[in-house]
Amino acid sequence: MDIRLDAISHSYGDTEVLRDISLDIPAGRIVCLVGPSGCGKSTLLRLIGGLERADKGRVLQVGTPPADSLNPLTYVFQDFALLPWRTVHGNISLVLEDHGIRGKAADAIIGDVLARTKLTDFARALPRQLSGGMKQRVAIARALAVNPAVMLMDEPLSALDSQTRELLMDDLVALWMRQPFTSVYVTHNLAEAVRLGHKIVVLSRRPGQICEVVEIDKPLDQRGYADPELEQVQKHLWTLMRDEARAADAELLHV
Amino acid sequence: MSDTTTPETTHTAVEVRFRGGGFAPSARRGVGVAVFVLLILLVEWGTRAGWISALTLPKPSDVAATFVELWQSGLLFKHLIPSLSRLAVGTTLGASIGIGVGILIGLFSYVRAGLVPLVAALFPIPKIALLPLFVIWFGIDETSKYALIAFGTFTPTVVATYGAVDNVDRSLIRMGQSFGLSWLSIVRKIVLPGAMPGILSGLRISLAIAIILLVAAEMLGAEYGIGAYILEAGSLYDLERLFAGVLILSVLGVTLSMVIGLIEKRLLAWRG
Ligand SMILES: Nc1ncnc2c1ncn2[C@@H]1O[C@H](COP(=O)(O)OP(=O)(O)O)[C@@H](O)[C@H]1O
Ligand SMILES: [Mg+2]
Repeated sequence: MDIRLDAISHSYGDTEVLRDISLDIPAGRIVCLVGPSGCGKSTLLRLIGGLERADKGRVLQVGTPPADSLNPLTYVFQDFALLPWRTVHGNISLVLEDHGIRGKAADAIIGDVLARTKLTDFARALPRQLSGGMKQRVAIARALAVNPAVMLMDEPLSALDSQTRELLMDDLVALWMRQPFTSVYVTHNLAEAVRLGHKIVVLSRRPGQICEVVEIDKPLDQRGYADPELEQVQKHLWTLMRDEARAADAELLHV
Repeated sequence: MSDTTTPETTHTAVEVRFRGGGFAPSARRGVGVAVFVLLILLVEWGTRAGWISALTLPKPSDVAATFVELWQSGLLFKHLIPSLSRLAVGTTLGASIGIGVGILIGLFSYVRAGLVPLVAALFPIPKIALLPLFVIWFGIDETSKYALIAFGTFTPTVVATYGAVDNVDRSLIRMGQSFGLSWLSIVRKIVLPGAMPGILSGLRISLAIAIILLVAAEMLGAEYGIGAYILEAGSLYDLERLFAGVLILSVLGVTLSMVIGLIEKRLLAWRG
């Protein structure tokens, strides 16, 4: 299933946040959205997942999601959004219960996603007992459990320290290599974007418009830490963003 | 600091003053009991030595004797059981309706707009003042007592509950919606557990109010009950029995507070 954004514009009251965004998100690819803070990345992601309605334009699903997908458009949030009163196992079973999946069937799915995210030993732990990186892996496991057609990730690694971020990027690459998933990945970190994105969409400052779309053909598993080819792309992205980011920063001060 | 030419030994070394710590109360077993024991011993000494007159306070040992007598004659349970059942019925009614209404106020804008001013108007009414009205409405027997206690526990429970619902982390609710959970699931599995800490601390206040109202209700047309017992003792200026009754109320309050503490420990274990 592909996602197509058709001329999306959105405002909150008098603040125009997004202007005329058209974009294709092809199945099996990771599309990264980068842009200065406040440019509407999170807003765009909420529009794509149907948590908010766009003022103008449409979000289209092209093709049908796989029949076994419980929740075709699934989020991974920056703040993890785990229920603190449920164990790791309970947090994942939460999203299965409403589909009538309980008991053995649920345990099989939960066991599988925990193994894929290397969390098998922590099924009975409470969120407060886990480190930030592990919490985000639980959130990723929860997203995988509903077999999403598209994963909508809003700065999933931004709350983590840089070492943990590197490790988790490797985990994401491994997950994708095992079974390619479709994802819209929002980040303000250009290193993350060039590491994980097949397609990188650069947004201008508010109102967010598409500045440029950069495609990277190099397969994900061949992109290493500090890869010169990627650094080149990253530099290019930074030149695109620098002035926007500076202007956006100055604007925020005047609000 | 950057002056490298001065040898370090010319400076006097002072240990950094500790200024952290505090603001983190932890369990101190036995201190509460010690305060009680100390106060009682003080009064016992005072009444025996005579610097507390018999009209001011009864001897604690006499109060204890009265209490034992009350126990042995079986009168204790004759008074305690009707009181406890009134308390149970009244608070169960008031608290459950209160939690229900509080959740509705927390979730629906129209219910909030309609009921919050009403609750604010009802909250400051001293419920004891309404007892005669309840007697007219519900009769002099048990129903009016249930109603008074229920009404008294209802308002603080409502306020605590909708405040707690307001404080539930919206990002968790957003998460539930994004996974397509039904409205009922979101309320049951995210809103309610998230509001539980606030609801339980509201319940603590409600229960204390319930005990106060219980006594008030029993002072009007009750043959048995702690309140009736205290009223009778008071009108005879029988200080020993009066204090025995007060003792029962205090123990009741401490017990209920401990029960809530246990419930909190079980339901809120996730907070660690
Ligand atoms: N619910 C909302 N109501 C009003 N303004 C909002 C809301 N959400 C976001 N905004 C505003 O929209 C702009 C874009 O926000 P957001 O999409 O969160 O940016 P980003 O994720 O790119 O940092 C910001 O200026 C923010 O203040
Ligand atoms: Mg954002």
